[in-house]
Amino acid sequence: MESTIVKSVDYNAYFGENHVVKNVNIEIPRNNVIAVMGPSGCGKTTFLRGINRMHELIPGATAKGKIMLNNEDVMEMHPIFVRLKIGMVFQRPNPFPNLSIYDNVIAGYKLNGIKLPKAEKDKIVEHSLTRVALWKEVKDSLTKKGSFLSGGQQQRLCIARAVAMEPEVLLFDEPTSALDPISTSTVEELFHELKKNYTLIIVTHNMQQAARVSDKTAFFYMGELVEYDDTKQMFTNPRDTRTQNYITGRFS
Amino acid sequence: MTNHVKYRIGKSAAFKTLTIVLAFACVVPLIFILIYIIQAGITKINWHFLTNLPKPVGETGGGIANALVGSMIIISVASVIAIPFGILCGIYLSENRKSRLAYWSRLCVDILQGVPSIVIGIVAYFWLVKPLGTFSALSGSIALAIMMLPIIIRSTEETLKLLPDSLREAGFALGLPFHRVVLKVIVPCGISGILSGVMLSVARIAGETAPLLFTAFGNPYLSVNILKPMQSLPLLIFNYATSPYNDWHDLAWGASCILLIWVLTLNIFTKLMTRKWKVQL
Repeated sequence: MESTIVKSVDYNAYFGENHVVKNVNIEIPRNNVIAVMGPSGCGKTTFLRGINRMHELIPGATAKGKIMLNNEDVMEMHPIFVRLKIGMVFQRPNPFPNLSIYDNVIAGYKLNGIKLPKAEKDKIVEHSLTRVALWKEVKDSLTKKGSFLSGGQQQRLCIARAVAMEPEVLLFDEPTSALDPISTSTVEELFHELKKNYTLIIVTHNMQQAARVSDKTAFFYMGELVEYDDTKQMFTNPRDTRTQNYITGRFS
Repeated sequence: MTNHVKYRIGKSAAFKTLTIVLAFACVVPLIFILIYIIQAGITKINWHFLTNLPKPVGETGGGIANALVGSMIIISVASVIAIPFGILCGIYLSENRKSRLAYWSRLCVDILQGVPSIVIGIVAYFWLVKPLGTFSALSGSIALAIMMLPIIIRSTEETLKLLPDSLREAGFALGLPFHRVVLKVIVPCGISGILSGVMLSVARIAGETAPLLFTAFGNPYLSVNILKPMQSLPLLIFNYATSPYNDWHDLAWGASCILLIWVLTLNIFTKLMTRKWKVQL
C-alpha cells in the first residue's frame, strides 16, 4: 500500500530577500527512500531542512506554503513536535561529545527530560544500535564517549539517535559526504533496512548513490523541483532536458 | 652556500633569539616579585597569624583572621551575584551574535572592562554606601561583582562561540527547546572555558583594593555581617603597609604573601581543572 506521508504544497523558502526554494509541490509515499539531488546551491538542503522546520533557525530565513505530514500542516505545528516526528541526520557526524555512546542514543529522551526506567532505556539503546548495525561493534564500550568512535560509526550513532525517537520520517542531509567509501556503503545498506519502518528523504550530491539507494528521485535546479519520478525512470528516461543534462554530466 | 642565504639564515636566527629573550624577560619580574614577597612574608605566617585578630599598636604578634574571613565572605557574595549574571549574559551574546542588543551590550562590556577600579568604587559609594548610610561588605561585593562581569561574560561568549553549530543543530533536530539546547548541550560542552573565566575573575578581584576603600571600608574586628564594614586582605595590606609601625608592616608582608599564594593557587587550579574538564570535540 502506498500512502502519502509527506506532501508539500506551494512551498517557498527564503534567506532574507534570496528566494532559494520556489513553489515546490511533492508527494512522498510512506516507507520509501526518496533521493533529492541537484547541483550545489539548488535549494535541496534548504527544502530538506524546511520539512522539519530547521530552516527557520537561521537568522533571516523564512518560508511560505504548506508541508503536510499525515495531512497535518507542520508549518502550523510547534517546531518541537515536528522534530520529534521527523528525525534528522546531518552531513558531518555530530554526536554529543560530552555524552557516552549509551547516552547519545537516548539523548532525545535524556536531554528532553523524559524519564524512562533503566530496562526501557537499555531496550531502546540495544534496539536502535542494532537497527543501524552498530550494536556488535560498541556493545562493550557503551560508556565511552561518542567522539571516541570512527567517523562512519559516529554517523551510524547519529542515525541511531534519530531512530531512538521512533520518528515517522528520517531526513538525511548528505549523510555520507564526510565518510570513507566503506563507511558509505555500510550506511547505504542501512537505508534498505530502515525503510521498512520509516520514510527516508536523502539529500545527496552523488548521483550513483541516488540511483543505488532510492525508490524515487527528485531533481532540484535553481530552487525549482524540475522532475520527480521513480528512480529507474528518472535515470533511464528523464523527461526534462535539464535532468538529462545533469545526469549525463553536462553540468554539475 | 651563497652569502645571501647565510645572511637570511642569520637574520632568522637573530629574530628567533629575540623572541626567546623577550619571552623570558616577561617571566623575570614575576619571579622576582614572588621571591621578594615570599622571603619577606613566609616567616610571618604561622597558625597564630592565621587565626588571631590584629593586635593594637605596641603589642607584638597578632594575625589577620578578620581579613581572611572578610575576604572570603566579600568574594563569595560577589561571585554569587556576578556568576549567574555573567554566564547568562555570555550565553545571550554567543547565541544571538548579530542582534542589535548583542552589539551594544558587547560594546558596553568591553568598556566596563576598561573602567578603572577606583571609579567603580566611587560609583558604588554614591549608589550604595550613601543611600544605605553605612559602609558595608555588601556594597564592596557589588563593586567587585561589577568588576568580575566583563571577564565572565567575554570568556563565556568566546568559549560558546567556538562550539560548532552542528552541535546546536543536533540538539534542535531532536526536538529540544532552546533552553535545553543551551543548558544540556552547549553549556556542558563549554563548561571548562566558562569555569576558567569564573576562576580567573575571582583571582582578578581577590587583590582588588580601590573599590573596597569606599565600600567595605575595613574593620579591626572579626565581623561576619555583610551589612556592616568588613576587613579584607587587600585593605589590611593597604592600611598596615602605609602605617609607621614595624609590627604592622610584618602583618602586611604576611598578608601579601597569603594573598599571592591564594591567587597563584587559584590560577594553577584553574589550569588543571580546565584540562580535566575539557570536552574533546
